[in-house]
Amino acid sequence: MATVERHPVRPGKQLIYEGSRIPRRCPTILDVPAHLAGNEDINQINFGPNHPSTHGVLRLVVDLDGELVVGLRAVIGYLHTGFEKTMEQKSWWKCITYPERIDYLSFQTNELVFVLAIEKLLALEVPEKATWMRMCLLELNRIHSHLVWLGTACLELGAISMFWYTFRERDQILDLSEMVCGVRMHTRYFQAGGLAEDIPTGFYDECWKFVEQMPKAVDQYEDMVDRNRIWLERTKGLGLLSADDAIALGQSGPCLRASGVDWDLRRDQPYLFYDRVYFTVCTREHGDVWDRYKVHMDEMRQSVRIIAQCLEQLQKFEPGAPWIADDRKVVLPPREELHTSMESLIHHFKIVTEGYRVPEGEIYTTIESPRGEMGCYVVSDGGAKPWRVKFRAPSFVALQATATCMHEALIADMIAIAGSLDTVMGEVDR
Amino acid sequence: MTYTAVPGLVETKDAYGETTVIVDTARLLDAARYLRDELGFSFLSDVTATDYLGWGDQAVAGYIGTAAGRDLNRPGSHGLAHRPARKPKRFSMSYHLLALRAGATRVRLQTFVDDGEPVESVIPIWPTADWHEREVWDLMGVNIVNHPNRVRILMDEDWEGHPLRKDYPIGGEPVRFSGEE
Repeated sequence: MATVERHPVRPGKQLIYEGSRIPRRCPTILDVPAHLAGNEDINQINFGPNHPSTHGVLRLVVDLDGELVVGLRAVIGYLHTGFEKTMEQKSWWKCITYPERIDYLSFQTNELVFVLAIEKLLALEVPEKATWMRMCLLELNRIHSHLVWLGTACLELGAISMFWYTFRERDQILDLSEMVCGVRMHTRYFQAGGLAEDIPTGFYDECWKFVEQMPKAVDQYEDMVDRNRIWLERTKGLGLLSADDAIALGQSGPCLRASGVDWDLRRDQPYLFYDRVYFTVCTREHGDVWDRYKVHMDEMRQSVRIIAQCLEQLQKFEPGAPWIADDRKVVLPPREELHTSMESLIHHFKIVTEGYRVPEGEIYTTIESPRGEMGCYVVSDGGAKPWRVKFRAPSFVALQATATCMHEALIADMIAIAGSLDTVMGEVDR
Repeated sequence: MTYTAVPGLVETKDAYGETTVIVDTARLLDAARYLRDELGFSFLSDVTATDYLGWGDQAVAGYIGTAAGRDLNRPGSHGLAHRPARKPKRFSMSYHLLALRAGATRVRLQTFVDDGEPVESVIPIWPTADWHEREVWDLMGVNIVNHPNRVRILMDEDWEGHPLRKDYPIGGEPVRFSGEE
């Protein structure tokens, strides 16, 4: 199990603890040091909001002393679309389409965290087959997200060829996704109670092919950059984040594990069937850009391991085993029954027009998304629409560490550091 | 784990396998410090505000109608005859805490506030609260005080109103170049 020491606290002081690099006045703003303030050689430049290496529309207001970053402030909100407000106007089952669109790289993770919240409030039992399939898709999704991160992070540092190689495997994952759900992204395959459709024939074979190929591909990626002088010099020792700072800043996922904190919700707070599979939590100790890169690579290998175990379990089920809970008040009846059964037609009509009601209460569900702790806080007033939905987006929190990581960084390093935090702006601004 | 010694404790609730510790708003910082230092909740996962406008009132089916049609400035009742019981005050502030140790204990620190009532910033205890609290101020308009940089974060700097409040109109903003301006 995890061994995480409580970080030492000095009561009565403004500091979080001694030796912290978190900026003093405001934790997310790097102020220009006093001896440089007012110096006319300090240039303030706007980096973004439209810049190819900001992973979306992020604006960084940077104070430069020559090439050295001495001041920094992140400005966000350019992609704010009001998902949470919109979801308050939709019935529970229509809402499921929204969380996926918040984060367009790990759509199924976001979908699941909201579906789990509904299921907990309704106390729905999910069939085992659906749970194994959910895990299988989640891990495919994690690889998908890491691949896009790896491709774009290398692209920003000039390693263009990596992008084409990662998108080769990414395309395979999207093909699998298309096979299962009919669409490549934003699948809406998870329903409250299980899966929307049965698993198509031929999926296991295609997925096994991917499981065979993926570890070789990861080796290939590492061969491409691991001994590349430019890559090494631009990642090692940069963007340092200590374990205590990472915890104080609420970092999660690869950022936290790269800083040496052995923490993964899949192992430490198991959901689905993560307590029934074997995998290793990958950590590194220095908390620099290189370590974050390595954690991503190791995690992809572990995800492949989990997928293989899920497939073994899934193949034990008889064809046609239930994939969704048998609760007609919540789950849509099978399509063919609508032609023969009046009862089914009524249930279908009620769910589609009015939606199902969810008991009053509040709940906070969390899962380990590719970017860290993805949380969903839901308040229900007992009606057919959520009263309040709030997503705890790991990218939003990761971006708060920019000021701490950017100590004594050059402008070129800034791009490597901001990239290594693995943020998706759709999720930051929601 | 017992929460009886949390400073300013009003009550603790257990529901759906989660524990909620409700504290007095004036003693929020003391309670937060106690939870971090004595009970080991070193990780602040999330800060959220919820608007409970209209709870405890009678409700009608569908939206509340007026002579001009559907009143978008009042929250709908979604067909319920009654809203659930009234909350102590209009807004709740929820701080979702996590202890990074075996068992992954979680607790929700909660406090209720009225419109404009000051809530102390928890940045001195958990620096990660910075952007979360700015978001709460921006979208819900809860009056966070002693925040080093309390400005809007997701909406424009000159935006009026707080969009996630239940009395904020839906579809109420003018659409530019639509001929209706």
